[in-house]
Amino acid sequence: MIFALAGNQNSGKTTLFNQLTGSNQRVGNFPGVTVEQKTGSLTNRSDISIVDLPGIYSLSPYTSEEIVTRDYLLKQKPDGIINIVDATNIERNLYLTLQLIELQIPMVLALNMMDEVQANNGSIDILYMREILGIPIVPITAIKKQGIAELVQSAIDTAQDRRKPERVDFCTGAVHRAIHAVTHLIEDHAARQGIPDRFAASKLVEGDAPILKALRLTENETDMIEHAVKDMEDELESDREAILADMRYQFIEDMCKKCVVKPKESREYRRSVRFDNLLTHKILAIPAFLFIMLAVFWLTFNVIGTPLSRLLESGIAGLSGIVDSALSTYGLNHVVHSLVVDGIFAGVGAVLSFVPIILTLFFFLSLLEDSGYMARVAFMMDKPLRKIGLSGRSFVPMLVGFGCTVPAIMATRTLASERDKKMTIFLTPFMSCSAKIPIYALFTAAFFPRYQALVMISLYVIGIVLGILSSFIMKKTVYKGAPVPFVMEMPNYRLPSLKSVSLLLWDRAKDFVQRVFTIVFLATIVIWFLQSFDMRLNYVGNSADSMLAAIGQAISVIFAPIGFNDWRISTGLITGVMAKESVISTLSVLTGASATELGETLRTFFSPIAAFSFLIFTLLYTPCVAAISTVRRELGSLKGTFFVIVYQTGLAWIVAAAIYQIGRLLGQ
Amino acid sequence: MTLKELKVGKSGRVLTIGGEKVLRHRLLEMGITPHTVITVKKIAPMGDPIELLLRGYVLTLRLEDAAKITIEEVPA
Repeated sequence: MIFALAGNQNSGKTTLFNQLTGSNQRVGNFPGVTVEQKTGSLTNRSDISIVDLPGIYSLSPYTSEEIVTRDYLLKQKPDGIINIVDATNIERNLYLTLQLIELQIPMVLALNMMDEVQANNGSIDILYMREILGIPIVPITAIKKQGIAELVQSAIDTAQDRRKPERVDFCTGAVHRAIHAVTHLIEDHAARQGIPDRFAASKLVEGDAPILKALRLTENETDMIEHAVKDMEDELESDREAILADMRYQFIEDMCKKCVVKPKESREYRRSVRFDNLLTHKILAIPAFLFIMLAVFWLTFNVIGTPLSRLLESGIAGLSGIVDSALSTYGLNHVVHSLVVDGIFAGVGAVLSFVPIILTLFFFLSLLEDSGYMARVAFMMDKPLRKIGLSGRSFVPMLVGFGCTVPAIMATRTLASERDKKMTIFLTPFMSCSAKIPIYALFTAAFFPRYQALVMISLYVIGIVLGILSSFIMKKTVYKGAPVPFVMEMPNYRLPSLKSVSLLLWDRAKDFVQRVFTIVFLATIVIWFLQSFDMRLNYVGNSADSMLAAIGQAISVIFAPIGFNDWRISTGLITGVMAKESVISTLSVLTGASATELGETLRTFFSPIAAFSFLIFTLLYTPCVAAISTVRRELGSLKGTFFVIVYQTGLAWIVAAAIYQIGRLLGQ
Repeated sequence: MTLKELKVGKSGRVLTIGGEKVLRHRLLEMGITPHTVITVKKIAPMGDPIELLLRGYVLTLRLEDAAKITIEEVPA
């Protein structure tokens, strides 16, 4: 049995989904925003699956999320719909409910956040509302896991009995007549196309082009519909879209008057206002934002993430030592021994030890997202982002980009216009992803021990500034045209659900470790092979005689103007395209230095200014394979993807060369 | 007058909703329908967008879009 979970954004949908399915989720890899169709099976009932649909506000065909949801419900025909509604914001949430009811799919309404309603001395007459809406209603508090069992039972019962929602007559007068007339007219067509007639009729009256097309009406029938709509518009002296929206909201208002007692201002609202007195304050908002981001980075790199990484690092080193001596005692072939110890342990270990840093960063980012602060950030940043042709909403994917480019680019699906989406995808790789952190950490510690934080921050800032400049150029050339409307809900601040955050972290960890043992693992073996054998496939003791040296040597000329023409560095950068994490592991394997000695070794390869230009190049050059494949999927264009690669790499070379050359001149 | 001209702390009743197709649709589905009472709560630190209270929830809107909504001022 399959249930679709539908509801507005900020209605607690993700929390409910996590409560229902626990860790039995598929495609749960992407943090931030619910973009993908996640599927999961019920915790104790593996025969029942739940499909988490994107958070939407109506079933119109305007955003890709609305279209995905509509197509899924109309074509896949789930056994039932669980519609989650934020009881503290019931009027606007029910707007979607009225349209879902028209789909004639067995449906249960989950009235979420009932604890807040009750705590504020509000109440909802559920029996009465159930009578008006004609569907079962279950009060729940998803975050506290209250009412979940009842909800599941009600959903199963409703679906098993195939109890379709009763027809709700939300309209009166001229609208009623128009919808009635259109329903009669299209009944047969709708049945043939498998579209519920009442849904089709109200959408046609509203002016929904895709439904009109799907019904394959005759010209005569289309004219008759337009005629009926015209009569309605003339009588009400308004237009079709406004009339229907007004009708639905009128109906909801009337119903709420009868069954909802709403507090004038809830505690949560007053609390949010108090927080916002500081966090969106005219003068203090930006410093507060910078403070929060600095705190996140400080906690990640100085307090929590890095020490944990060190711990893991020494653990791996210890294990590597044990394996090393065990293999020696056993007398294993020295080539295989080298593969295990110098190749796999050194390479994979170096990358694996950064898991704590990445998870800590994701932990804080998801706290900011789930608490509602990200919406404030979008609110504050809309004006400057509009100057480069984007909206405040693009800020969230960009911020996620500091964690990982892959989910950041996936998160651009929440953007309403193709143009905004493309520009944000283009801009995101400029936000330095967390996989590059090991490189920064290692180099800054080795070359700029006193100014480590300053150099780190300057890298991030340079990335952002160049991204802004680049998108400014894009705006003036490729992506002309108006940005999308910025009409965004600002939810009350809420305590994030520990379960949601930990599930997300678990997904991230799984995803990262998977990549380490697939892409990175493969990369280390390939690199180990290339650096251990020469062109005639003889095992070489000195990697300077190897195949890799020859390849690296050939391309290192390109890097001479940037200040490093050692084949090991160019090889490291090549492997970085597979995954940025590999840069360090490659350098470690090629120089034969362990993670702890690597910094010392690198000082013999770079002057400080060359080290800085190397960092700039790493910051800007082409995203990793995983990110490129995501860009390809989201842009849907090979040309665009190719452009991203060439642009990033070209810009990286130019900027790094400029910095190195200027720095050298100044240094003399 | 338009919603853009409404001062912080003041309320207005919606008369008409303008704007292009996508914008207009979005305004309607978010509950900005004729007769809805909207209160302006705040202006973003950089002067735009604005924060509105309607139907018991908070919505943000750019000034240029708020200019497309005509209202009559009502006592809060």
